[in-house]
Formats: sequence, structure tokens, C-alpha cells
Amino acid sequence: MTKPGAGGADIGVLIVDDEEPARTILREHLGRVPGVRVVGECADGFEALRSAAELSPRIVFLDIEMPKLDGFEVLELLDPSIAAVFVTAYDAYAVKAFEVHAVDYVLKPFEPARIAVAVDRARERLARGGPVRAGELHAAARPEGTYLSRVVVRDGSRVHIIPVERLDAAAAKDDYLELKSEGRTYLKQQTLASLADALDPKRFVRVHRSHLVRLDLLARLEPYGKGSHVAVLSDGSRVPVSREGHARLKELLG
Amino acid sequence: MHPILAHRGRLLPYLAACAPLAVIVTALLARPGGLFLGEAVALAVPLTFAFAFMGLSAWYPCRQLPLNASKVVPLVVTHAAAAGVVSGFWVGFAALLAGSYGLIPAFAGLRGRFASQAVMLFAAGVLLYLLAAALNYVLLALETASEAERREAELSILAREAELAVLKAQIRPHFLFNSLNSISALASSDPPRAQQMCVRLGDFLRKSLSLGEKTSISVGEELELSRAYLAVEELRYGSRLEVEEELDERGNRCLVPPLLLQPLVENAIRHGIATRVEGGTVRVGVACGGGRLRILIENPFDPESPARPGSGRGLENVRKRLTARYGEEGLFAAKRLADRYLVVISVPAETAA
Repeated sequence: MTKPGAGGADIGVLIVDDEEPARTILREHLGRVPGVRVVGECADGFEALRSAAELSPRIVFLDIEMPKLDGFEVLELLDPSIAAVFVTAYDAYAVKAFEVHAVDYVLKPFEPARIAVAVDRARERLARGGPVRAGELHAAARPEGTYLSRVVVRDGSRVHIIPVERLDAAAAKDDYLELKSEGRTYLKQQTLASLADALDPKRFVRVHRSHLVRLDLLARLEPYGKGSHVAVLSDGSRVPVSREGHARLKELLG
Repeated sequence: MHPILAHRGRLLPYLAACAPLAVIVTALLARPGGLFLGEAVALAVPLTFAFAFMGLSAWYPCRQLPLNASKVVPLVVTHAAAAGVVSGFWVGFAALLAGSYGLIPAFAGLRGRFASQAVMLFAAGVLLYLLAAALNYVLLALETASEAERREAELSILAREAELAVLKAQIRPHFLFNSLNSISALASSDPPRAQQMCVRLGDFLRKSLSLGEKTSISVGEELELSRAYLAVEELRYGSRLEVEEELDERGNRCLVPPLLLQPLVENAIRHGIATRVEGGTVRVGVACGGGRLRILIENPFDPESPARPGSGRGLENVRKRLTARYGEEGLFAAKRLADRYLVVISVPAETAA
């Protein structure tokens, strides 16, 4: 991660958009920004991840709606040292999330000057450091009343897509989330609160400050110490239930 | 519950309307050879109000035996029996009342005088019951009419709402801004195509604005609109988007509510073709036969791509519009297969006169 030298190398930019004309106009505008070199163009989310690994761009211009992985999922799986600029036609909820999480975004159609500004801001962010909380951003960028249908996780160079119906439980471990799915455990950098917010509250219950379970896996509740309980899941595993979690469960199960 | 008792505001006017009845009952009881006037009034007033409530009981047999859907014999037997029972209770109540009054010195001898009137009172009770039954039938008819009116109003509101939602959604901002972005891109890289896109976008907008005001258009016209839409999308998606049409001439002439297909074609692209790296073919089929018009829209989708928000609302909209327009006759089915999505519409075939 070397900074470009004094008269140094141009900064590498990757373009990700599934529509050919949209890539064309970005390439054209970026071509006019001094010190920028477009290292590649991709038309879907998987290709974006592959190209990012191979071409090591410093900045990615990311469309939101794409085949395979959407822009938010790509950002979650991308090397966090890459600065992302979202490019979108119209998406009120995403825009709100970008503002909250201080992520730069460009609205289609755009002027060349706006692209130059986006590059400047991305450079500043790269110099400043401090990666975006991609998981939180994705969780926040939803219309009200809609929920995540899947969770993406990176495991080395492999990408795992966990549909929520196969997500069994999640536990907060320091800065990470431990996600359980079909007997396997995956680690992801995200807060439990943001994941809980993005999942259907009728299917997933936060039974404890650091535990979330899928409701249909709950086999029974056992009292545990004074006022608290422990949830026994259908696979026999036990999850602590706090007083608030117990109240939530009672409300859901009636 | 009886509609008169169910609404507090109706009870007082109803009882007031019964007051003249008290005069008639008094006159009947005070006929020459009957009761003294004072006795007649003292009996008639409580009797009338008692009947006012007893008469309401006719509501239940009336509701069970609607005039237009019941056989004559059960109708007559039921009401005759009910009239006998109600009137019997009424006369019994009157006898009880007369007996109690008879204990008061001023009403001495009332019991005997009342007994001579009991048969007449029973006959009057039967007549009054039949009057009450007739009244209840009128009430029932009014209720049914207002219920039908309310249902009709509800349906028309539903239809209006659905139209409005379609008009609002018709020019989806996502589509518009992406198209503008494509034009912006083509303006320098391929000016003739940029011009073409402006023309196609204009064509689509003009068509959809003019169609929205009509209540019915031919399938052919609706398909023209979808083609104008697809022509714009073709420039965006390039070789990823293919369209196949399977039409029949009779189907083209059938009438449908405007903007019925266009949102479905739009869904097929947004939730189907656009989710696939390699794109795919949207198939539109129209067929007319056996008095019905059938429309099919089919598209592939990538089950491994993230779902995009908004398809449910669009489909729900189409379903609602079909119900509002055709009621039970408007069939709509959306089916998600492993990697294809199918929407089928079947409605009564209507053609312009």
C-alpha cells in the first residue's frame, strides 16, 4: 500500500456496472481526470471481486444493482483499503445510508466535474484511512419493512452466500460476528445490532445483547439463574437469553 | 342484532312512530261493550311499547326466509306460527297486567271486562305481527341495497387506486435516470444512437401518457407501448436483451385496461434479464379462444443474484386491477420456477363493439 510518489504513478480505478453505456461514460469522464488510470471494467459483482484482487485498484466506482452480487455486497467483500464510490440512478434509501455512513456517491446522469470531485474525495479518504463499515451500510440501505434475503461472507479468497433461511444464529465476538449456518461458522466484521435490524424480526430474535437466533430453531426455553433463561435450539446448542430477550420472545410466541 | 337496536339514534324515532298504535289499541279495547276509556289507556300504553319490542323479533324469521328465495308454504307456516306465539305472549302479558290493575279499587272488575276482549286482542296481535314482519322485510331490502352500494363503491375506489398507482409507477425514476445516463454516454461515443434513444424515450413517454387516460385499450396498442419501452431498454442492455412475441390476431383486438402489460414487461427485465450476466429472452404470448383472452410473460432470472426490491408491489397492483375490473373472472398467476419466472393472465375476451 504505497502512496503514489511525487510525480508518481497514476491512481488505479476500477469501473463496475452491468450496463455498457454506463461504463462507457464513466471511462470517458475518468479519462479526463489527471492522475487517474482506469485499470479495468466489470459487468457483475463476482467479476468485480476478481478484478479487484488481480488489478489492485485504489478506487472502485460501483453500481448498486448488478448480477451475482449487488454493489453493497461487493463492498462488504472487497479489500477494505480500496475506496468505493457508488454510482446510482435513483435510490432514496441507499442515498440516505450513504449520507449517514459518509460514503461518496454519484447520481446518474453526472457531469465530468462530479467524477473529478469523487476522485479527489476518494484520494482524501485513502490518505485518511479508516475503512467504511460495509456491513452496517448494507444493512441501513433498505426500504422500511424490507429485509435482507441473504448474507455474504468472505473466507480468504472464497465468497460464501448464506440465504437467511439457512442462517441459524449469530453471536457478537469483539469486533466480529460469528454466523452459524448448517453446522459451519463464518466470521464477518459487522455489529450484531445492524444485522438484527436488517433481518425480519418475525424470523430472527435478538435473545441477548450478543446473541441472535432464528426463531423456528428454538426448541425450548429453560430457566437459568435468577430471572434469566437459556434457549435450547433444535440441534441441542444452548444460547443465553437476557431479560429483554425473554420479553421479546414472549411477545413473539404469545 | 336488529338494525333498530344496533343504532342508538334509531330507537327513539321508532318508539315515537309506535305511539299512534297506542291510540288504535285504546280504541279497540274501549269499543262499546268493552273497557272503560281510562282502563283502555292504562292497558294500551304498556301493551303498545311491549309490542314495539316483540315485533322486532320478526327480524330473525324475516332474515332466515328472504321473500325472493323462499317457498310459500314454509314462509306462511313460519310466520303464522311466529304470529301466534308472539300474539299469545302479548295477550298473556295483557292478562297479567289487567289482573294486577284489577287489585286497584279504581279498576275493580277490569279482569272480567278484559276477558271478553282477549280473543279480539289476540287477533289484533296477529295482525300487528304481520305488519311488523312486513316492516322488517322493508328494512332488510334497504340494508341489502345499501350493502350492495357500499361494495360497489369499494370496488370503484379500489380500481381508481390501482389506476393511480400504475400511473405513478409508470415512469419509474430508475428507468428514467438510467436512460438519461445512457443518452449522456452515447452522446459522445455514438451520437446517432444517442439520437435514437432520445426518440425512443420520447415515443414511450408520449404513448404511456396518452394511454393512461383511457379505461380500455386493445392488446395491440398495449403491446405497442411495451415495444416502445423495450426499444429503450435494448439500447441500455445491448445484446443481453432479446424479446420474442407469440401473438394471434384475435388476441390483439381484445380490450384490456391500459398499462397492464407494460409493468410486467418492466419487471421481467428488472428482476429477470438484468440479474443475468448473459441476459436472456423475454417471451410475450397472447392468445384468444373460448371466450377468454390469455396473456403469458416469461423471463429467465439468475437465482444466485440478489433479489431486487419492488417486484411484489408491481404484481399486486396488476392483480388488484384485474379484480377491480373483472371480479372473479380475472385470473392472475405468477410462478417462480428454478430459473424462470412466469406470469399468466386470463380474462374474459372483450372486443370493441
